[in-house]
Amino acid sequence: MARKVHVQTTLNGEVTEFLCEPRQNLLEVLRDELGFTGSKEGCLTGDCGACSVILNGRPSCSCLVLGVEAEGQEITTVEGLADGDALHPLQQKFLEHAALQCGICTPGFLVTAKALLDRNPNPSEPEVRYALAGNLCRCTGYDKIVKAVLDAASVMQGR
Amino acid sequence: MAQQEAKFKVIGTRPIRHDGVDKVTGRAKYGADIDLPGLLHGKVLRSPHAHARIRSIDASAALALPGVKAVITSADLPDLPSGGAMMGELPMNPRHLSLNVMARDKVLYDGHAVAAVAATNPHIAEEALTLITVDYEVLPHVQNVMTAMQDDAPILLPELRTSGAEEKSDKETNVASQLRFARGDLEAGFAAADAVVEREFDTSMVHQGYIEPHNAVAQYNADGRSTIWVSTQGAFTARDQTAMILDIPSSSMKVVPAEIGGGFGGKISVYLEPLALVLSKKTGKPVKMVMSRGEVLRATGPTSGSHIKVKMGANKDGTITAAHIWMAYEAGAFPGAPVGAGCMTVLAPYDLENLQIDGFDVLVNKPKTAAYRAPGSSNSSFAGETVIDELAEKLGFDPLEFRRLNGAKEGTAQPAGPQFGRIGYLETLDAAQNSAHYQSPKPQASNGKKRGRGVASGFWFNAGFQSSATVNINSDGTANLVTGSTDIGGTRASCAMIAAEVLGLAAEDVHPVVADTESIGHTDMTGGSRVTFATGTAVYEAAQDVVTQLRERAAKLWKVEVKDVAFQDGVVSCLSDAKNEPMNLKELATKLPRTGGPVSGRAQVNPRGVGPAFATHVVDVEVDPETGKVDILRYTATQDVGRAIHPSYVEGQIQGAVAQGVGWGLNEEYFYDENGTLRNAGFLDYRMPTCLDLPMIETILVEVPNPGHPVGVRGVGEVPIIPPPAAVANALHNALGVRMQELPMSPGKITKAVLEQS
Repeated sequence: MARKVHVQTTLNGEVTEFLCEPRQNLLEVLRDELGFTGSKEGCLTGDCGACSVILNGRPSCSCLVLGVEAEGQEITTVEGLADGDALHPLQQKFLEHAALQCGICTPGFLVTAKALLDRNPNPSEPEVRYALAGNLCRCTGYDKIVKAVLDAASVMQGR
Repeated sequence: MAQQEAKFKVIGTRPIRHDGVDKVTGRAKYGADIDLPGLLHGKVLRSPHAHARIRSIDASAALALPGVKAVITSADLPDLPSGGAMMGELPMNPRHLSLNVMARDKVLYDGHAVAAVAATNPHIAEEALTLITVDYEVLPHVQNVMTAMQDDAPILLPELRTSGAEEKSDKETNVASQLRFARGDLEAGFAAADAVVEREFDTSMVHQGYIEPHNAVAQYNADGRSTIWVSTQGAFTARDQTAMILDIPSSSMKVVPAEIGGGFGGKISVYLEPLALVLSKKTGKPVKMVMSRGEVLRATGPTSGSHIKVKMGANKDGTITAAHIWMAYEAGAFPGAPVGAGCMTVLAPYDLENLQIDGFDVLVNKPKTAAYRAPGSSNSSFAGETVIDELAEKLGFDPLEFRRLNGAKEGTAQPAGPQFGRIGYLETLDAAQNSAHYQSPKPQASNGKKRGRGVASGFWFNAGFQSSATVNINSDGTANLVTGSTDIGGTRASCAMIAAEVLGLAAEDVHPVVADTESIGHTDMTGGSRVTFATGTAVYEAAQDVVTQLRERAAKLWKVEVKDVAFQDGVVSCLSDAKNEPMNLKELATKLPRTGGPVSGRAQVNPRGVGPAFATHVVDVEVDPETGKVDILRYTATQDVGRAIHPSYVEGQIQGAVAQGVGWGLNEEYFYDENGTLRNAGFLDYRMPTCLDLPMIETILVEVPNPGHPVGVRGVGEVPIIPPPAAVANALHNALGVRMQELPMSPGKITKAVLEQS
């Protein structure tokens, strides 16, 4: 076993340090070393988006990033979306629109949608669908997810 | 049951689901999120061959790797006899269950488990797998049902004999069973037809595709008792199968259902639970096992590919005069394809005098199939509903009108025999006919692309089975609801809403809990669209039990007879003495301690009043005849849902099933090479629909209440996966003029069909 490496990152706004083996991916580090199990493993090949995190402002599959690569980076996971007790508008709209069923893909969709709205606060339906095309959901047929994201964008725009 | 309340206060509204905040904040705990002190990690070594004899297994090098704590093979599991054990109402063969979890003498498919390792971390466990040497003698394999049925086919299970055959045979075979539904006079029926259509169809094996891989965490205790945490559709079902495979008492085990990340029928069978428990017993430590996506696709239960022949005739009046359907379904490596359901459902939307339906359950060297949403019905209905479309076209009928002329209603005999009670098939046809979608002009071709519209219907019988529920009244007048039904698609919400309706509470004042196998009475799996129906019935009765007790308590307080106490909208009132002020639940709850203590209602049910479901779908497609690429332009799904408890989650069931059905129709397939190896065991190549592949999915909920349920519920989750492949095929015909006879209707097959036509 290779020696563990010391890594320092900013995770959901907090400076966070951890030790990890070079072969551990960021998803495994988040879940097994840091206890942030909101990010899910669906495929480990970057095809399902269940492990999505925001890495320096970009939505990324944490299963395709090594833990050691997180050195000095800023990471946002689903656990970092709510502001204390107050849910993020995306979280609130997912609940109101029934945009989740089993919920396993939900953290990935929320994180990816947040990254979209951070850079494009007023997306069209095709833009939402394009942005979320890397996240698989097998329960909802996407209808209510797309509506929830569009509605959250409206609310955040003050409409 | 007669209680068809006209007005509801909670049922039919759209409250926020009770488990919602946990699921949008990442707090909900799924099986893979479970952690325990001293946890070991297990991994499974799987066969690279489709069919081979295991000569020997050498695990010594793996055991020598630092961090490896145990290796198990079939030698660590009991060698169970073949035979028909019962699990609830379902027959189970313990030997087949065991052999699927761990191969003994032979491996029967690519991915079949042959050994398992426990180590201090998952990477070491994976390394250890590469150090296990298995000596295989590769055998000829068979993966196509038609080949597998031939006399000289390689045989998977030498002891297998066909059940259900007219003549008993002692020959080795891959045909596990056959069945036939027949009535009337086929020959006379075809003679009376003005048009006859005869076609053959092939459909590919497909997977449920839930996003969460299978998992299990097991802890064996020195006193012989054990606990398993797992994402499963049925905690009791997982417990009882594990007990059967390990030949231990089911009462020695507690199964704690974690949140479950999708199932669709695929998380009823156990795969990892018995292995994790044996590894835990061997090491004395808790063991966690989580499958990779590749393992999920190679080695869990997809649903059958099939070969189907259809011959159907109808006369100029639009009456179907005869139907003859023959279908052979891939069981996978052990008996149990859903061919019976395929036979029962394919013609069920129609009132037919003359029919014969033959079904065959055929072993092939592929993973043992498992249930997948209305198991077996999308295959046969793809065949049946496209032939019905062709007959309607030949005879000059609108496809919805043709279905209406032949449509089943109350009193119609199903192909399997029983008569329908109150059903809503014709109502779904009306809803489709009157929909804005069907009333809109048919889409016109543009830019060299062709456009078309198609419709198709489906039937699913739904299930009942056993459920338990307990309702506990809290001291503040709210209620806790305990059931044993794992919640995949919002059934906590639907069950809590039924309790709230009876108790006169707000939906949020009933807190639903999914309990482990030691904290609630036996409850069968979440499947067969049964939870809101059957568990919902138990919840309704448990809440009624609470109402009875509350009336008794108020009578005691007021010193009147129980019959003089009324309960309405959460308020008890005294009918015999106006001086007694009515009390709501909150006030009454404070008085429970001195009127006898806590109030708990409970019910156990095995309800028989199952209400079947029908659906009719309309789809517009655009297809590029040069590339074969298909886009879904518009989709409308109508369905008789009985009573929509939480309409958003009913719509969600329909929309999700449509997405799966469109994937089944256009993209999804198991692709095996000549060696019998699965070549697309990942989400990149097993291509499921993304949100870029689908439009919004319009739903029209038709409510024909089920008289067999206290508030009219029919199961809703399964029937909507049946029409999509046929509806898309019919739309493609409308666009291109070709009849697709193979699933998936991938671009290559469409361009081939277009070329053959010209």
